[in-house]
Order: sequence, then C-alpha cells, then structure tokens
Amino acid sequence: MDLRVNGEPHSLDLDPRTTLLDALREHMGLTGAKKGCDHGQCGACTVLLDGRRVNSCLILAVTLDGASVTTIEGLSHPVQEAFLEHDGFQCGYCTPGQICSAVGMLAEADGASLPDAEIRERMSGNLCRCGAYPNIVAAIREVAAR
Amino acid sequence: MKTFTYRTATSLDEGLEPGATFLAGGTNLVDLMKLGVATPDVLVDVTKLPLDEVSDRPDGGLRIGAGVRNSDLAVHPRVRQDYPVLSQALLAGASGQLRNMATTAGNLLQRTRCRYFMDATMPCNKHEPGSGCPAQEGDHRNLAILGGSPSCIATHPSDMAVALTALDAVVQTDRRSLALGDLYVLPGSTPEQETVLSHGELITSVDLPDPRGKSAYRKVRDRASYAFAVGSVAAVLRVDDGTVADVRLAFGAVAPKPWRAYRAEEALRGRPATRSSFLEAADAELAAATPLRDNAYKITLIRNLVASVLEGLA
Repeated sequence: MDLRVNGEPHSLDLDPRTTLLDALREHMGLTGAKKGCDHGQCGACTVLLDGRRVNSCLILAVTLDGASVTTIEGLSHPVQEAFLEHDGFQCGYCTPGQICSAVGMLAEADGASLPDAEIRERMSGNLCRCGAYPNIVAAIREVAAR
Repeated sequence: MKTFTYRTATSLDEGLEPGATFLAGGTNLVDLMKLGVATPDVLVDVTKLPLDEVSDRPDGGLRIGAGVRNSDLAVHPRVRQDYPVLSQALLAGASGQLRNMATTAGNLLQRTRCRYFMDATMPCNKHEPGSGCPAQEGDHRNLAILGGSPSCIATHPSDMAVALTALDAVVQTDRRSLALGDLYVLPGSTPEQETVLSHGELITSVDLPDPRGKSAYRKVRDRASYAFAVGSVAAVLRVDDGTVADVRLAFGAVAPKPWRAYRAEEALRGRPATRSSFLEAADAELAAATPLRDNAYKITLIRNLVASVLEGLA
C-alpha cells in the first residue's frame, strides 16, 4: 500500500492488523505520535489524516491506501510556538497529540470565536495526566484569537 | 488481535461471506478486535462506497448516507437548522477525533460498553450464549432499567441513535426499509441477537421525515465531556396555544436500544405544556422500569431530564 506521510511517499507491506499508529512508529521511524491507551480514549496518538484529526491507534493502516497523513514531525504551525510560550506541557507525552488535535480543531472551528469552555469541550479527546490543561487552553486561546 | 483478511467492498449489495464483517470508521470494531471481543475472519471495508452524501428528500426530509462522518453530519446546515436534536446529540458524543472517523451506520451498530461484554475473559451471554450475565449482581450502575432481561441488561451507548429515534428515522438497507425502532431487538433470552439485519445486509442510508417541531437533546454524564451518557433525553415538541399538539421522546443509556417513550407521548398529547404534565408523562413511561440494586437513580434522572428538556422547548 502507498501512504504519503508529511509529504513523503511511503510504500508499505504490512500485516493487516497494523494500526496507523504502529505503522508510523514501528515501520517509518516516526515516534512523535504516542501510544497512550491504544483504545481511542486518551488522544496521545492524534494525527491529521487528509487534514482532519483522528486517533491513529484505531485506524487500520491497510484502509489508508493513497491517503495523506501529517504527524507532529511534519507540522509547522503557530500552535507549536504557543505551547512553548505558555508552557503547555509538563512531561510532554501527550503534547504531540494535543498539538495535532489543536491544529485540526482550529480548522474545524474555521475562525469561530472560541471561549475557554468551548476550547475545553473541543479538546476533550486529549487527556493530560500532568494536568497542564490551563496552559494548553491558554496556548490555543492565543492562536485562536489571531 | 486475531488475524483476518481485508478487502474493500465494490458494490452496495455484494453481501458477506461467512465469518466476515463490514468495517466503516472502525472506532468501535477495531477496539473490540484489539480486546478479542470481535474476531472476524474477513473485514470488508465499506468506506470506499458512495455513501457519504447528505441530500434533501422530495417530502422535505433528509437522506443521510450511511458513510457520512459524525462530524460532518453534526455541522450540516440543514441538520443544524431543522434537526437541532441530531446535531446536539452528535456533538455530545465521543471526541472531535472519533467523530471525524465514525459513520452514521457504524454509530447505529456500535456495541454496548457494558464492562462484562468488553472483557473477553468474562462470562457474557452476548459473547457466549448461556454463559451468564455477571452484571445482574455485579457492576450495573450504568445498565438498563427498561427493556432488559435476566439474560442481559446492556445499554445501547449511542447518543445519535436516541435523537434519530425521536425524529422517526427510517433505515434503508440494500434489501429493505425499516423504522429505526424496528432495527433493534430487545435481548429476551437471545441477547447475542441485537438487530433484525441479516448477515451481509448493509445499511445504505438513514432517512428523516420533514421537521415536525422544535427539538433538543440533553445528556447527563459522569464528567463534563467525552463520556458515555448515564441518561439522556431527545425530544421533538410542537405546542399550540399552550397545549401539546405533538411530541416525540426518546431516552438514552437506560435500555438495550434507544428507548422511544410512547407511553409518555400518549400521556402528553392534548395536555397543557406545563412542568406538571411533563413529569406525569415521564412517570407514565418510567412505571415500567425494573431497576436493579445500583441503577434506580436513572428513574429520577430521566424524570427530571424529560421535564427540563420539554420546558426548554415549550
């Protein structure tokens, strides 16, 4: 199967059981997307699939022939700088998923005003066990307001 | 995960070989495969079929393709304007990421999140008929108070399906039309049988009739977001001169299927649109409830939800 990841074409021969997350981490050396729960509950594995945020742990790679994936390694977006400025992490494990999710979320919101409660609701699929939520919200709020 | 072969479906009515199952968004099925609860021999991917359109129907209703993603449906202009109960229910479900993957038909056919069903090592009459139902004496805090049986008290987890039930949705398959209320079967002594669909029968769309009143969905859960309901209510209401002219009510997270509250509706039609009538109507439905040790709270929860949702619409 063929998959475009961060703009680069990849030809892969995978066991059909391989998830997109495992394909990225184990077959392409892209370890930015993290395996947290592996059941779609934590959001650490979030990547952008054809521009939309998804849980890569619940997608079988074999279903994605011809698709285009963006991971944290291929992302260049103001949200990344804002996470640094606002200290939007502690251990950092959830951060790649938080950032990919925030980028996808801002595209979904399409310029709509995002009060903090709305940011929290829209980002509820990304858990942070360190509890860095206030700073994550602050980082996203700043980019959303631009 | 047990190994399987994968192929893509190329036509709407090609059916399934024995041991095969359809794959759409995969948000529930892939998870159940990882858990060893679902063990298909063949996955037939239906996401390449042309089922991702939402279109107006000649009668003023809406046809929703089976493959339309939950996130796309939630923000569709006609859904937001004419069927707000559906948009609200979709946005109350799962997370942004999951809604981008999950499809209309996949959402309808998702499986219960009963902890005994989700654990392949536990007895469960859905896994293995006759093995028993540990939930009856065990953890049933979020399980059924209506429509269950000694064999199974699993709840259907969908929010979207509750809204569609209140909207009188009709399911189209490659073989027939079915009222959504007739898609699901109650567990009785055969809880492994969850719908009337035959093996290989494919849902192709869900049709909504023209909008019939104001509508709303309200969901109660253990945390503010990203959790399954402990109780929810979908309502469509039309009030003329302070009197209930028409009402459709469905309850979520209280029964093995989205629970259409026909008795409550009957009790309300022609009655004053007041809180006391709403509470009486809820009582008429909930009189049939058979709660267990730890889930009787749902009776009060649904009663209050019915009143507050209908007051908001009246």
